[in-house]
Amino acid sequence: MRVLGISAFYHDAAAALIEDGRIVAAAQEERFSRRRHDASFPHQAIDYCLREGGCSLAEVDRVAFYDKPFLKFERLLETYLALAPRGFGSFKQALPVWLKEKLFQKSLITKELARHRPDIDWKEKLLFAEHHQSHAASAFFPSPFDEAAVLTMDGVGEWATTSLAIGKGATLQTIKELHFPHSLGLLYSAFTYYTGFKVNSGEYKVMGLAPYGRPQFAATILEHLIDLKDDGSFRLNLDYFDYCTGLRMTNERFDALFGGPPRAPEALLTQREMDLAASVQAVTEEVVLRLCRSIRQETGLPNLCLAGGVALNCVANGKVWRERIFERLWVQPAAGDAGGALGAALAAHHLFLNQPRTVGPGDGMRGSYLGPAFGTEEIEAALKALGAHYTVLEEPALLAATVDALVKERAVGWFQGRMEFGPRALGARSILGDPRSPRMQSTLNLKVKYRESFRPFAPAVLAEEVGRWFELEAESPYMLLVADVHPDRRLPTRPEDEALFGIDRLKVPRSQIPAVTHVDGSARIQTVHQGTNPRFYGLLHGFFEATGCPVLVNTSFNVRGEPIVATPADAFRCFMGTEIETLVLGNCLLQKEDQPAHLRSHYAAELSPD
Amino acid sequence: MDFLRELWAFMRARKKLWLLPLIVMLVVFGGLLVLAKGSAVAPFIYTLF
Repeated sequence: MRVLGISAFYHDAAAALIEDGRIVAAAQEERFSRRRHDASFPHQAIDYCLREGGCSLAEVDRVAFYDKPFLKFERLLETYLALAPRGFGSFKQALPVWLKEKLFQKSLITKELARHRPDIDWKEKLLFAEHHQSHAASAFFPSPFDEAAVLTMDGVGEWATTSLAIGKGATLQTIKELHFPHSLGLLYSAFTYYTGFKVNSGEYKVMGLAPYGRPQFAATILEHLIDLKDDGSFRLNLDYFDYCTGLRMTNERFDALFGGPPRAPEALLTQREMDLAASVQAVTEEVVLRLCRSIRQETGLPNLCLAGGVALNCVANGKVWRERIFERLWVQPAAGDAGGALGAALAAHHLFLNQPRTVGPGDGMRGSYLGPAFGTEEIEAALKALGAHYTVLEEPALLAATVDALVKERAVGWFQGRMEFGPRALGARSILGDPRSPRMQSTLNLKVKYRESFRPFAPAVLAEEVGRWFELEAESPYMLLVADVHPDRRLPTRPEDEALFGIDRLKVPRSQIPAVTHVDGSARIQTVHQGTNPRFYGLLHGFFEATGCPVLVNTSFNVRGEPIVATPADAFRCFMGTEIETLVLGNCLLQKEDQPAHLRSHYAAELSPD
Repeated sequence: MDFLRELWAFMRARKKLWLLPLIVMLVVFGGLLVLAKGSAVAPFIYTLF
């Protein structure tokens, strides 16, 4: 039985195909359309999934959408009713969108599917899962657990903003929910907005900025903004937020509470924004930890699965892991709304169609390498068409040449195998660098990614070596756990270094792998496994043999404001538009200095800020 | 017609029949807004809707 899952119309549209419960393919529409967070109906992602599955849309038994529009409309109406006459401005803008389009989503989806196959009655095949049910299904069904507690946290779906479900075998029962407007995701987004970043994409920056600050506003947040109970449940004080009735996240009272207006986008970052980021991060961690402790106590279950946008907060995940609240933790790599497509398909398969579930020895995500791959012939054809100069090498020579480039501190574009599903690059569409280099972080940030210099990079490490380099004795294949660099690898800091504030702290080398060590000594770790990505594993192994360091800098293969590259042509364009010095596309090796000068571009300047 | 049937079934299942007068009013009012405005612009800060 084949089920196609779809998420669309809000942000991060995606499609996922499962066959008899096995995940065949999944991809975000943005990778094909090249529009970041593209929310439009995922035609190209669907086409890709069907190609990968070797089937036509007619051979798909069911199509599952990741949320329920009527329930969302109900929430919208009741919220406006409860808060009227405030909110008229927002209402005036939202209602036409709903009356024209969103309320008729079922017809809209069937019409879009009919563009592929007009001869099929799509209304009969279409199923709807609730938003948090989709998240929970994406967290539990691919997990390696037969039984687990499932915690989902995000901005908002229909009503739910936080939910607890119990998964057992092929069943998944929601136990309790917290409802809009009380939302941990929206609290975090409020601070994302207030610190001058873009809501829905800048949350990572807030998390990355937090270690530069001190959580001096945490008490204020807990006193005025959120009423947090011992069990982790909470209510927000809506006097300080504008998102229910207005078009902003926060209001004047919020400004007064924190001593000023929101930072303008792209304005200079000050210690105040860093302290605000540290404060909301500390509160978020406290909420997540309390929720996890109470869930463990209440359910007694040893396993926890996480999904929803808040589950991408790998610093909070790392704290949950370090406290050993649960024996095992599994986080869905596509924890945001794109993963809803996969969750909807899995929910339809197991919950609506009562199909059995097989729990594998590992998880069902296969390293999250669920996107399109390109063979050497396709890559060569693309490179020839682009006028690129390249050499084709067998794997041993290719890995040796790549290691050589890395040791020479060159920035390496690494494009191999199937593209990752989810927001992280995991060694299939990555930019790699030598983590031992003290210059690598600023070089990659400013010359390759064209992004803010404070943003940290993540390490990819051989799974067997992780415990010798980081304080982590667990797998983290999806880069969703943050842990400290191992004390043996840390460098002593001088008292004057410790006294530094803000961005100045960035200049202090803190470990043998400074490019991936954040200012608080932590790192967002990806463990690399031979079973899921043998070539990347081989590369790390080669680098380990050459240098004694089994770690590489791994950042996504894109520039700021652009989706991660999907095709060889995207990769070549990014290579030629940035300071990436070596590009490895499948078995093809390209050096920047060999490329014709006229192919160089500066396309990054045309991209809008992320 | 399918849409109205589904909406009715939804309101019954959710025990939200009390929303009906509100929906009728909103549809009329919203219809006017649509006609008056011509284009629909979603709130740009957060896609709550």
